[in-house]
Amino acid sequence: MLKRVHFPRSALPYLLVAPQILITLVFFIWPASQAVYQSFLIEDAFGLSTEFVWFENFELLVDDEQYLQSFGRTIFFSAAVALLSMSAALVLAGFADRVVRGATAYRTLMIWPYAVAPVLAGALWVFMFNPTLGIFPFLLDMVGIDWNHYLNGTHAMMLVIFAAAWKQIAYNFLFYLAAMQSIPRSLIEAAAIDGAGPVRRFVDHIFPLISPTTFFLLVINAVYAFFDTFGIIHAVTQGGPANSTTILVYKVFNDGFVGLDLGGSAAQSVILMVLVIAMTVVQFRFIERKVEY
Amino acid sequence: MVENRPVLNVITHLVLIIGIVIVALPIWITFVASTHDAVRMTQAPIPMLPGTHFWENFSQTLLGSGLSGTETAPVWRMLLNSLTMALMIALGKIAISLISAFAIVYFKFPFRMLFFWLIFVTLMLPVEVRILPTFEVVADLGMLNSYWGLSIPLIASATATFMFRQVFLTIPDEMLESARIDGAGPLRFFWDILIPLSRTNIAALFVILFIYGWNQYLWPLLITTDTDMTTIVMSIKQMLEAAEQSPQWNIIMMTALLAMLPPVFVVVAMQKLFVQGLTETDK
Repeated sequence: MLKRVHFPRSALPYLLVAPQILITLVFFIWPASQAVYQSFLIEDAFGLSTEFVWFENFELLVDDEQYLQSFGRTIFFSAAVALLSMSAALVLAGFADRVVRGATAYRTLMIWPYAVAPVLAGALWVFMFNPTLGIFPFLLDMVGIDWNHYLNGTHAMMLVIFAAAWKQIAYNFLFYLAAMQSIPRSLIEAAAIDGAGPVRRFVDHIFPLISPTTFFLLVINAVYAFFDTFGIIHAVTQGGPANSTTILVYKVFNDGFVGLDLGGSAAQSVILMVLVIAMTVVQFRFIERKVEY
Repeated sequence: MVENRPVLNVITHLVLIIGIVIVALPIWITFVASTHDAVRMTQAPIPMLPGTHFWENFSQTLLGSGLSGTETAPVWRMLLNSLTMALMIALGKIAISLISAFAIVYFKFPFRMLFFWLIFVTLMLPVEVRILPTFEVVADLGMLNSYWGLSIPLIASATATFMFRQVFLTIPDEMLESARIDGAGPLRFFWDILIPLSRTNIAALFVILFIYGWNQYLWPLLITTDTDMTTIVMSIKQMLEAAEQSPQWNIIMMTALLAMLPPVFVVVAMQKLFVQGLTETDK
């Protein structure tokens, strides 16, 4: 934590941490405490008076059918995004791990979607699935599926899942490939000598050995799907049709900035904060464990 | 390679090529759309092979008014805004994290741990969960529609501070001892020894943070109302809305292409640093 040898006491360290601490206090701690404070207030319809109501905003949320649905939807969305993009990345990394020549070329071609902004990913996918013009509705029409994510909630949900998972494949691929390449070759060779084929080796040796990476990626993907996908939802569906793609982050934004329900939005923010804290704790505990190995 | 299996090798390359095609398909379609004229892009099915209007669309998007019939800033202006914001965020984060990590590792002073935990807490408060109150703070400070407002609230970073802390801890104590014997003060030591020693880490972090800054969406969306301050990533959404009335997919997709080009270039050109930065900051 601290160096054994350090500089003598002076005012310098305070000056050095000052910018970081100042920004943290002004733009992080203060707004977050404001959110907590506001979550205990209810404002009347005209914004003239506010009343301190303790946990009423939270009680309202717990009883709110729409909020609970949004909660369930977010969990489904996150699980689907994590499952889709992690399994695609796992398969691709498993094959890329076998490649001797051209491995870097494959990696280069696989990782660049990481650099595409979520909202752009949304724009690309919404264009490909545009009901009148897009290439996929055209192909789906041939097999008798009438694709329209503007009207069909299931289609809309599928579209945002595709866009979100597509963008995350690069990240997962990179971590899976690195994990597989760090497995000692002698282990895999020993398994091969004992007669285990490629599939057997993958299922019985490689996959269990990289399970820490899988767990790490699960947390990262969940955080990504919870918080970083706002741009995708906003560009592709705006939460619709009929709230079928309103995930929690989008609802906080919508209730606060569009619906101007300050107390309710603040209460939702507080719940989200608790979720982030829980996820961060899980992530850090896991890293501590990995250091011990 | 453990054993030689020709059939499996063929399957391996086949699967990887299919994977790359799926990953690249959205970009290919974007590129193709940006090479056709507006009329062709209203006829279904849309083309899958490039057309001949690339440069025409390019100059109309970049230098012309962009999408006709909407009140947006010219695209070159938006690219400039994005670049400024991304650089300010990346360089700002690196600068304040370097000095605070230096203070926490190399000095013993009251409230050191309190500061450390304060920085740690920022990790748990992404913009998305505190948008309204943060917006109010920025509005009260009069920072709406400014580069400061776009970048400063995003500059505090626990991950960067932790990373530099980790780097500094691996630097042997003898370095500091000998520097002090030679009469170097803290700032001299920081500037002449710590910074040069952590040069690759700074570069790797820069790559990640540049992409992070460039791709910001929700925050610029909230605090910029002036069209002159729009970033390129934000503008895509406005264009998509406009497209519902008058579709000009060639221009929209050209803009999307221009918006993703700088960060994609950074990832591909500095791949080694990118991978290093990604694995370091998230561990």
